[in-house]
Amino acid sequence: MPRPTSERAHTEWMVTPVGAGPVTRRVVLGIVAILTLLFLIAPLALIFSSALSQGIGTFFNSLTEPGTQHAILLTVTTALIAVPINIVFGLAAAWTVTKFVFPGRTLLISLIELPYSISPIVAGVAYIFVYGSQGLFGPLIEAMGIKVMFALPAIVLASMFVTAPFVARELIPLMQVQGTDEEEAAVTLGASGFATFMRVTLPNVRWAVLYGAILCNARVMGEFGAVSVVSGNIRGQTTTLPLQIELLYQDYNVAGAFAAATVLTAVALLTIVIKVVLERISPDHAQAPARPPGH
Amino acid sequence: MRRSVIPGFGLSLGITLFYLGAIVLLPLCALILKASDVGLAQLWGILSSPRTLSAIRVTVTMALAATAFNAIYGLLLAWVLARYQFPGKRILDALVDVPFALPTAVAGLALTALFSKKGWFGVPLDALGIQVAYAPLGIAIAMAFTSIPFVVRTVQPVIEDLGSDVEEAGRSLGANDLQILWRVIFPAIFPAFLAGCSLSFARSLGEFGAVIFIAGNQPMKTEIVALLTYIRLEEYNYQAAAAIAVVMLAMAFAMLIVTNAVQAWNLRYLGRGDV
Repeated sequence: MPRPTSERAHTEWMVTPVGAGPVTRRVVLGIVAILTLLFLIAPLALIFSSALSQGIGTFFNSLTEPGTQHAILLTVTTALIAVPINIVFGLAAAWTVTKFVFPGRTLLISLIELPYSISPIVAGVAYIFVYGSQGLFGPLIEAMGIKVMFALPAIVLASMFVTAPFVARELIPLMQVQGTDEEEAAVTLGASGFATFMRVTLPNVRWAVLYGAILCNARVMGEFGAVSVVSGNIRGQTTTLPLQIELLYQDYNVAGAFAAATVLTAVALLTIVIKVVLERISPDHAQAPARPPGH
Repeated sequence: MRRSVIPGFGLSLGITLFYLGAIVLLPLCALILKASDVGLAQLWGILSSPRTLSAIRVTVTMALAATAFNAIYGLLLAWVLARYQFPGKRILDALVDVPFALPTAVAGLALTALFSKKGWFGVPLDALGIQVAYAPLGIAIAMAFTSIPFVVRTVQPVIEDLGSDVEEAGRSLGANDLQILWRVIFPAIFPAFLAGCSLSFARSLGEFGAVIFIAGNQPMKTEIVALLTYIRLEEYNYQAAAAIAVVMLAMAFAMLIVTNAVQAWNLRYLGRGDV
């Protein structure tokens, strides 16, 4: 007799499943509802209510304040540089580890995922020891007149460190499942490597690329620890939006801090909405084993 | 290497190694190099100073507290999402992603305002004599918030995959709900649960943004290791910054090994050892 699939098994309950009794169900759902209201919903509600507490006029004034405007511009610039590079890296990394078998493949996968396990503060400090005046290349690049530390390049580099696995991690499980048959067929029929990639591989993984990219974008825009270390927090110059929030908060400009926070909260909520939509339109992606991201 | 008809191995491997080398490995090597410049005696002096020890103690204790809370709340959330149908289930499922999507600075700002003496939660807690903001408890809450999805997202798929057959077998052998829960269901989800908890703990150890808003950051009381590293750097005490950062890196590697071991056990347990 064939084993019933788990889907069928769920509909074939002969007895009440554990925890499905009306009392247990209500108690468990009640506890979860209360905890979620206090722990996950209240912070979100507070951000919007605090930002608007002094009226919509103050809210928009806070957002158009030069410091905040500059922070938004810097954050968007950083994302526009870091995210496309991350997509290229993610595609290359996933292509390497899923389409080929070679010694050191497992090690390479571990390396790709390594930044998840490292605190952003450690990443930031590590960058100081490369490009800072005390660092390996600091004196050299200083002599060449290039400014990396406490400027846009360092902010982009640190963001690229913390988000390195974002696109690759979405692609690897999916491309693993898809295998190499379609690419092998294309190449055997005479397609070039580039044509195979563009016409066979990319269409198969386009939703996963988009998914990884929006998660990467949210993280780049919201990164605090690593960017805080490498940017030097120079007011009006290297303050990204998350750093601007801290700055305004330290200036006791709470309304301004919350106004800036609503922008990032909106990005976060939009990211979640796109994620839900992508999971619906791309059932393939839902099949890939879900694994929570790290730092 | 097995010969593959697919071209592009050299190019894609080259891009991958260049990015990993330049972006990830170079800074880590520079950090370790810098820390190895510090003499052993001096290293010991930095790490055994009362302020460092206190920061490590605060960080580890509060990360444990946060993980304990997440273990319970995360398990309940995973259970509810996997086993019950109810209105608003999709919204609850999406809400679980909020802590990952929300920047840590925003989370820290919001939690601080909630728990400050004039905040929505601060007022009633203050009446009870409980201080959360600018106290160790606040650190634990910020850590718990930023790492709750780990437990949920690791346990949820395993509960969804549980077959009804083992439960029915238990039932037909005369076990009651609690016995089935404890002897049948919990052992099956335990490896995933442990993996989720260790991910949550590892994340809590390294959390910075959310914590520094709410902690008050008093040395010896509410100062976490990540912040102490940051402060040493701002004081141009590069040796101390490197030493403490390397300790954090070592803790991260230790947690990575623990988590991987637990996850390997988890996969073996699920009979998916070949994944």
